[in-house]
Amino acid sequence: MAYKNYILVCGGTGCESSRGDEIFRTLIKEAELQGVKNDVQVVKTGCFGFCEKGPIVKVLPQESFYVEVKPEDAKEIIAEQVIKGREVKRLLYKKDQASSDKVKIEDIDFYQKQFRVVLRNCGVINPENIDEYIAREGYTGLERALFKFSPDEVVEELKKSGLRGRGGAGFPTWLKWDLTRKAPGDVKYVVCNADEGDPGAYMNRSTIEGDPHSIVESMIICGRTIGAHEGYIYIRAEYPLAIERLKIAIRQAREYGLLGKDILGSGYDFDLDIRLGAGAFVCGEETALLQSLEGKRGMPVPKPPFPAIKGLWQKPTVINNVETFANISVIMAKGAEWFAKIGTEKSKGTKTFALTGKINNSGLVEVPMGTTLREIVFDIGGGIRNGKKFKGVQTGGPSGGIITEESLDQPITYESLTALGSMMGSGGMIIMDEDDCVVDIAKFYMAFCVDESCGKCAPCRIGTKQMHDILEKISNGNGVEEDLAKLEKIGKAMTKASLCMLGGSAANPTLSTIKHFREDYMEHIRDHKCRAGKCKSLVVYEIDAAKCIGCGICARRCPVPCITGEKKQPHVIDRARCIKCGECFTACKFGAVVKK
Amino acid sequence: MPVQEIQFTKELIAYIDEWKSKPGSLIMMLHRIQEEFSYIPREAAERLARIVGMPLAKIYGVITFYHYFKTTKPGKNRLAICLGTACYLRGGQDLIDESESILNVKGEEVTDDGQFSIDAVRCLGCCGLAPVLMIGNDVYGKVTKDQLPEIIAKYRKA
Ligand SMILES: Cc1cc2nc3c(=O)[nH]c(=O)nc-3n(C[C@H](O)[C@H](O)[C@H](O)COP(=O)(O)O)c2cc1C
Ligand code: SF4
Ligand code: SF4
Ligand code: FES
Ligand code: FES
Repeated sequence: MAYKNYILVCGGTGCESSRGDEIFRTLIKEAELQGVKNDVQVVKTGCFGFCEKGPIVKVLPQESFYVEVKPEDAKEIIAEQVIKGREVKRLLYKKDQASSDKVKIEDIDFYQKQFRVVLRNCGVINPENIDEYIAREGYTGLERALFKFSPDEVVEELKKSGLRGRGGAGFPTWLKWDLTRKAPGDVKYVVCNADEGDPGAYMNRSTIEGDPHSIVESMIICGRTIGAHEGYIYIRAEYPLAIERLKIAIRQAREYGLLGKDILGSGYDFDLDIRLGAGAFVCGEETALLQSLEGKRGMPVPKPPFPAIKGLWQKPTVINNVETFANISVIMAKGAEWFAKIGTEKSKGTKTFALTGKINNSGLVEVPMGTTLREIVFDIGGGIRNGKKFKGVQTGGPSGGIITEESLDQPITYESLTALGSMMGSGGMIIMDEDDCVVDIAKFYMAFCVDESCGKCAPCRIGTKQMHDILEKISNGNGVEEDLAKLEKIGKAMTKASLCMLGGSAANPTLSTIKHFREDYMEHIRDHKCRAGKCKSLVVYEIDAAKCIGCGICARRCPVPCITGEKKQPHVIDRARCIKCGECFTACKFGAVVKK
Repeated sequence: MPVQEIQFTKELIAYIDEWKSKPGSLIMMLHRIQEEFSYIPREAAERLARIVGMPLAKIYGVITFYHYFKTTKPGKNRLAICLGTACYLRGGQDLIDESESILNVKGEEVTDDGQFSIDAVRCLGCCGLAPVLMIGNDVYGKVTKDQLPEIIAKYRKA
């Protein structure tokens, strides 16, 4: 039965957590109450990407794109749109406050430069319903891999597509599969790396939440190609919604004969199981992940042998990232040529990024490789919040580096980001503005690495701690110029001598910030000053007598208290007693309290 | 001397029975135990060691390696405050400092009445709402220090 309207409610984590589920349930309830239950179908989808403006609700066929929806709006959506056929204007996305014009979805700045391959089904289908996935060419790639292509030809197809791993290193996917396929042994495994440990990245999570079958399908294709009969999805325990949706997808795939014995009558057997991570960043590293899958402490082991030769339980194993897998099903369905047209010469296809930090439109974006950072930050991301000045963008999380203004026009490829001293990483993209302090950020990432170092090798275990202590010293105003050279020396040693890339890249955020913002470091060291006011020990609060109207709010809020002044007269802070809590700074409505 | 065994529910025992023969399933069983008790009590680890016939030291080696597993009982309400990069940049640390001062606890301590504890977590996956605080299944986005007393009060039982 066709419905008059379809209402798509975002079921991504961002929207769910701002009452998305309540909106979903209220819409269903209202449709019933208002007697139009049979005219409308309410569907919960994966993330639309535009999380900044969530919760998002989209109504078809009018393509109404509603933003910042509340459960209280459900009644009106049903009454107006479903019953009377009129859009709820006040909820529509608008370019700015003043305009009242409806903006077509494809014209929204945020979506204009995006191109969705990996996220093709997110925000479009109900991820808990396999039929909706199948209706959008789902499992046709598997069909071709089972009946049309030999394993050789699948590898050849992947080679033609140019797909490279999206988990960070960019290793050619076809080669990995081919090595594993040719490795001796009867028992082989397929593993999906869904550990996504970069703090501030959630592309893999959204992909699974929005389109779990794309992973399931691709893993079966992989199993068939390399000759494996078992696969594991290793996923963070902190992702309950994604885990739930994977479980549902696996169950449905079994019911449809897509998993289990004799898949679609092809004679090929394959099954999948989910295993939970337990909050250790290093377990994203493939050898550590395999240790963890075996139920052990997740410590990396030296390579070679590579997992392709000796992986899970010493058997040949393909381990790929979630996004890598999400590309496979669509490559197999649409063909390598289609895919190879997207992107650049050496970096094919698209890349998803979690765009966050001081950006107007934070959210999940997917762009063709070769798009420039400027396009992402300013066109898609809508520029910096509150009209502040752009300082830098960090890609690759704790393993990456900062990229500055002058490099914003570089097209994004694996090679260009590495050349800039950063890396593709999994896709966290953190935007920083003039209020962020690079010393503070370097310290933040280093503290993360100190916490996450598994401790197996000395360069990483000791080096991260030493670098962190020096950064702390600088941020407290006790640094000396030689500290910068020391940081660089330890950093280089760590990069060379660490067993795995956690230690091998832990110095990147520090080294790249020193390279690009040496003067900021020097200000901390020489002038004992933190321009951004982030390094607490260096901040001095003062009241600007010219701006102070003597309202006394600051004095009342100060917990010490150390602010004095007559009513309607400029107030003063007693620096010696000030504990630098910043209360007065937040409290003053006239901008009279300043950080120095 | 007879040992007083820690109580395992029927479901938990069934789960362990199902998983114990699968290879590499220790972490899955520990997850299930933590789900049951909100942490992994020593007696539970001991009992698991007996059931699966694994040295306790090995089990503890695994428990202590992973941040997710807790060996002490957290507060009834866990304030999970995000310290992922986006939240850190938008003031997550201030939320932790303020919550510690409101609840008068430090680090992983639990309030005297057992009601609250604070957990610094990494990226809850809704960075658009940074800084983010999560209590149970309730998520609070764009939280400011000023809102904390009111939010915490909601969970304080009279
Ligand atoms: C410290 C560290 C953390 C990593 N974390 C992840 C991760 O969270 N997800 C991921 O897919 N790959 C991660 N990797 C990369 C994996 O080791 C591996 O290269 C990847 O899973 C291979 O998949 P791909 O070829 O599809 O990219 C990490 C590597 C290191 C050194
Ligand atoms: S580099 Fe660090 S995380 Fe990697 S093995 Fe060595 S100590 Fe462990
Ligand atoms: S920063 Fe805090 S202690 Fe210092 S003057 Fe302002 S309110 Fe008082
Ligand atoms: S979670 Fe709804 S748009 Fe991203
Ligand atoms: S960094 Fe806090 S939700 Fe992502």
